This record gives sequence, C-alpha cells and structure tokens, in this order.
Amino acid sequence: MRRLILAALASGGLFGIGLAMSGMTDPRRVLGFLDVFGEFDPALLFVLGGAVVTTTVLFRFVLRRGSPVLASTFHVSNLQHLDRRLLAGAAIFGVGWGIAGYCPGPALAGLGIGSIEALWFVPSMIAGMLLHRLVARA
Amino acid sequence: MPTWVLALVGGVLIGVAASLLLWLNGRIAGVSGILNGVVFNRAGDTAWRVAFLLGLIVAAGLYMAAAPGASLPRADFSRGGLIVAGLLVGFGTRMGNGCTSGHGVCGLGRLSLRSFVAVIAFMTTAIVTKFIVRHAGS
Repeated sequence: MRRLILAALASGGLFGIGLAMSGMTDPRRVLGFLDVFGEFDPALLFVLGGAVVTTTVLFRFVLRRGSPVLASTFHVSNLQHLDRRLLAGAAIFGVGWGIAGYCPGPALAGLGIGSIEALWFVPSMIAGMLLHRLVARA
Repeated sequence: MPTWVLALVGGVLIGVAASLLLWLNGRIAGVSGILNGVVFNRAGDTAWRVAFLLGLIVAAGLYMAAAPGASLPRADFSRGGLIVAGLLVGFGTRMGNGCTSGHGVCGLGRLSLRSFVAVIAFMTTAIVTKFIVRHAGS
C-alpha cells in the first residue's frame, strides 16, 4: 500500500514538472496553440508529440508484462465500441478547453503555481463532474 | 532554452510519468478520472489518487518557483468564463471518460480507437471554440 502511494506520488510529481516545464500550465500558450486560424503557436505540438511517442514506446513494454510491479492487475479499459456518449462528452470537454485554455491537469497544477484563476476553474470543474453524476443517474 | 525544447522535454517527462504509473501501479494517468475518484470516493482506492494529484500540484509549483524567467499565471480571464469553462470540462470529461491525459497521452499510447476518436473530437471543438471566441471578440 505504502509503495503504491509513493509510486503515485513520484509519477504525479514528474507529471507536474512536465506540465509546468512544457508550457501547458499557461492557458495563454494553450489558447495560442488552439488558435490554428489566427496567431497559431505550434510549440505545444511538441508536448503532445513528446508525451504520446514516449507512451507509445514504453506502454508496449509495460503491457507485455503479466501484471504491474506493485499490483495484481492492469486497470486499463478494454472498451472498443464508439458511442454517442464518448463523442458528445469529448466534444463538450473541448468547448470548455477552448474557452479558457485549461484542461484538468494544468488546471490542478495551477493550484500549485499560485493561479487565482484555478481557484475559480477547479471548483467549477468538480461541480461539472457532480452535475454529470446527477444527470447520468436520472 | 528555446520554448520548443522545453515543450518537447516536458512532454517526454509527462509520457515517462504516465508509463511509470502504469508499470508500477497498473493505473492510467488520466487526471480527470483520478480527480473524479478522489472527489466521489471509491472505497479503499483514494490514497494513491490523492498522492498522484498532490505530487502533480506541488511539483508544478516547485518547478515554477525555481524556473528562471517563469511568467506569472494569467489572472485577467473573466470569472464567468472560468466557471462556464470549468463546468463544461468537468461534465464533458466524465461523460466522455477522459481528458487530454487519459485519452490523449495514455489512450493514444496504447493505440485505443476510442481515445483516438475522443482526441479528434475535443481538439476539433476546442479549435472551433477558440475560432468563434476570437471572431466574437473582435
């Protein structure tokens, strides 16, 4: 249990450093990246590119193992089908991302880097999760 | 260092962090899902999630405090905009089961069709939203 927690702490820490170093925690840069038809700032392509190439290579080795190092099973979704829920959810998320320039990781990192905006965004994001829970249950 | 190098290195660090969490704990480093699990407590499964998020928040803050020439966080975005964007991001990531990290960094890394479709969907609506906001504003 303790080792699982330490591993998560280390992974989260590395993740946070990556977000801050790459520029993802600055919503001005993120909106510049999304501004494809305006003053496009391509730098963040390197963030997504670097991250995805890394996971594509490393995940292959990791998932070849029968089980993770500290736990009994991999908790990985094996859903294959595409449905309206996936598409609509992702589309709604994108609209929110395009408005303010925050996706969940950088928004939480904002709490650490002293962003006043994160103090408004993060509780609203949690309220949105709660709202989905209520709607999905109804 | 040029911004694209920092972006690339930061991206690789994010990819390594995600690979570490999968390798050691067998978990997907999807920030919206991890946060959801903390807030809407799944029994006995909270500690590693809290550790991951705490690591992310604190490490991002420490990096920014130590990085030379780090720009101050944006602070002038409208509160209403932050609240609406936060609600959409929270709702959409739950409905679509993932965000930039879960579907983007991890899902693409394991060649998931659902994640590929989700990424296309949220990138498209984010870019379109940015386009509309830019033209509505000018």
